[in-house]
Amino acid sequence: MEQLLEVKNLVTSFRTAGQNVPAVRGVSFSVDRGETLCIVGESGCGKSITTLSVMGLLPNNGEISTGSVKFNGEELTVKKKEEMRRLRGNEISMIFQEPMTALNPVFTVGYQLMEPLKIHTKLSKAEVKHKAIDLLNQVGIPHPEKKLKQYSHELSGGMRQRVMIAIALACNPSLLIADEPTTALDVTIQAQILDLIDDLKEDLGMGVVMVTHDMGVVAEVADHVMVMYAGNVVETGSVEEIFTNPSHPYTKGLLASVPNVDDANHSLEAIPGSLPNINEKITGCRFHPRCPFATDKCKEEDPPHFSLSASHQSKCWLQEEVTQHESRNKAFS
Amino acid sequence: MVGLIVKRFLQLLLLLFGISFLVFMSMHIAPGDPATVIGGPTATESDLEAIREELGLNRPVLVQYVDYIRGVVQGDLGYSFQNNQSVTEAIMTRFPQTLNLAVASMIVAILIGVPAGIISAIKQNSWFDFSSTTIALAGISIPNFWLGAMLILIFSVQLQWLPVGGLSAPFWTIEGIKQLILPAITLGTASAAMIARMSRSAMLEVIRADYIRTAKAKGVKAWSVIWVHALRNAMIPVITVIGLNFGFLLGGTIITEQVFAINGVGRLMIDAIAARDFPVVQGTVLLVATLFVVVNLIVDIVYALIDPRISYD
Repeated sequence: MEQLLEVKNLVTSFRTAGQNVPAVRGVSFSVDRGETLCIVGESGCGKSITTLSVMGLLPNNGEISTGSVKFNGEELTVKKKEEMRRLRGNEISMIFQEPMTALNPVFTVGYQLMEPLKIHTKLSKAEVKHKAIDLLNQVGIPHPEKKLKQYSHELSGGMRQRVMIAIALACNPSLLIADEPTTALDVTIQAQILDLIDDLKEDLGMGVVMVTHDMGVVAEVADHVMVMYAGNVVETGSVEEIFTNPSHPYTKGLLASVPNVDDANHSLEAIPGSLPNINEKITGCRFHPRCPFATDKCKEEDPPHFSLSASHQSKCWLQEEVTQHESRNKAFS
Repeated sequence: MVGLIVKRFLQLLLLLFGISFLVFMSMHIAPGDPATVIGGPTATESDLEAIREELGLNRPVLVQYVDYIRGVVQGDLGYSFQNNQSVTEAIMTRFPQTLNLAVASMIVAILIGVPAGIISAIKQNSWFDFSSTTIALAGISIPNFWLGAMLILIFSVQLQWLPVGGLSAPFWTIEGIKQLILPAITLGTASAAMIARMSRSAMLEVIRADYIRTAKAKGVKAWSVIWVHALRNAMIPVITVIGLNFGFLLGGTIITEQVFAINGVGRLMIDAIAARDFPVVQGTVLLVATLFVVVNLIVDIVYALIDPRISYD
C-alpha cells in the first residue's frame, strides 16, 4: 500500500520558564492510504502533541526540535507557514475531541462548513452550497439545508461532531487526524461516529490517525496501534498483535484496565502510580517506576525498540532475551 | 426584539419618574435658594418672598413636584429661573454639540481601544503589548481636565495646529473636525484605555478557544482567524464596556465642555447647578438618564445581532 505519512524520530518540545521541555521524545510511525493507526496512551503522554506537530498547529511556545514528518513524500517540517496552511483542511484534516466547543458559536454551520471549500477550491458559490449539502448527507445529518442555517448551539453533541467530520472531509483529504473524536459522546453516538469514520475511510481511501485512550475504540477501528507513554512510543504492532500478544508491561496494563462486562467477578486492574511530569528526569526506561517487572537494567539504561515481528516492536528490556533467543533459534535453524 | 424595546421603554418611564423625584427632592433639600441668586445681594426679604411667590417655590415641595411632572408628561420641562427660556428649547439648542462631542469621543475610543487591545493580545508579552498596556494604564489614570489643558497647550498654543476651543462649526466641515479633535481625544482617552484592556483580555481568552484551533485546522488565513473568527466572539464583552463607557462619557462632557468652552448640555447643567436653576438641572439630568438607557438598549440589541445564542423572544 502507498505510504501517506511517515514520521521519524519526532521530538517536540515546549519552552517554559527558561527551559526546553520535550513532550514528544523521538516518535516514529507511518500511515498508509486506507489504513487506520490508533495512537493510544493516557492523558498527557504526548499523543495530541504528536498529531498537532504533524498538522503544524503547535501552540506558540512549542516547536519540532528534531525529526522529520513526510507527507506524500514531502517534508513538512521545512515548509513555510503559508504552505502548511494550504495543506490544512485540504490534504490533511483534523477532528477534535470537544464537539461542544470546536465549532464557532457565532457563525452558522453552513458558513463554517463552506469555509474550507471557499479557501481551498475554486468552486462557485452555488457549487459550494451544493457540496456542503452533499457533505451533510454523507455524514448522516437529516435536513441538511435547514442545518446550514443553524448555529452550533442548536445541535446536539453527536450532530456537532458529524458537522466537524463534514468540515474535515470537505476537500477530500488524504489524511484524517482524529483526536479522541468520540470521548465526549455517549456510547451509542460513539459507535455511529466510529462507523462513519471507518466507512468514509474505505470510500475515500484516506489514511486515518486516531488518537484515543479507549481500548474499545482501538479494537473496533485500528489496523495498527501505537502505544505511547510519557512522550515515547513503547509498543507498536498490528491490532491483532497488540491485543493477543501485548509485550510491553504498559500495554498489558492498559489492556488489563479495560472493564469486562461478560465476567461478573472480573476485578478491574489499575496501573499503579501516575504519569511522570514531562520535565521529570528519569534515568533508564521512563516506565520503570511504575513497572512491576522492572530490573536494575531498566533503572539505568533506556531500552531500544526490539522487533518481535516485521510490524511488532516493543521498547522493553524484557524483550531483549526473547528476541535474542528467537534470533539465535533462527540462526540455528 | 420588539418586545424588548417595549419593555425597555416602560422601564425607562419608571426610571425617569424615579430619577426626576430624586433630583427634584435633592435640589430642594440642598442648601442655596434660587431666589437669592436671582434677586442678587441687594434684594430685601420681601423681594425674595415675591420671587419665590412668582416661581411657585413657596408651595409645599410635593405639590411643586406633582405640578412639574404634569408638565413633563406633556413635554414641558418648565422655564429657566434665570432667563425664563423654555428648558426644552435650551436643551435642544445645546444638545447637538454634546452629542457631537460624545459620539466623536466614542469613535476615538473604539478606533484606538479595540485594535490596540487585539494587537496586544495576539502579540502577548511583546514590546507592543507592554507599551499599550502602560499607555492604557496612564490613559485611565490621567484626569481629563489636565489632559485637555495639556493638549491645548501643545497643539493649540505652541504648535497652533488646532483651535483652542469652541464647537460652533458643523462636524462635517474641515473646521468642525478640527474643533472636534482635541475635545474628542480628551474625553475619549480614558474610554479608549478601558476598551483596550477589555479587548485584550477578551481576545486572549478567545484565541485559546477550541474553535480557533478548528479554524486554523481548516486552513483559514491567519488574519481571518483573528479578525473574523476571533473578533466577533471577543467583541461580546467589549460591547458591554462600550455601553457602560458611554454613560461615563456623558458625565465627562461636563468637564470637557468646560475646558474647551463648548456650549453644550454639560455646561448648561453646571451653570444651572451654580444658579440653583431647578428646572434646567432637572431637564438636563433627565436627558442624560434617557440617553444612558437608550444606549444600553442599543447595546442589548447589538448583542443579539452578533451572538446568535442571545435571543429576547
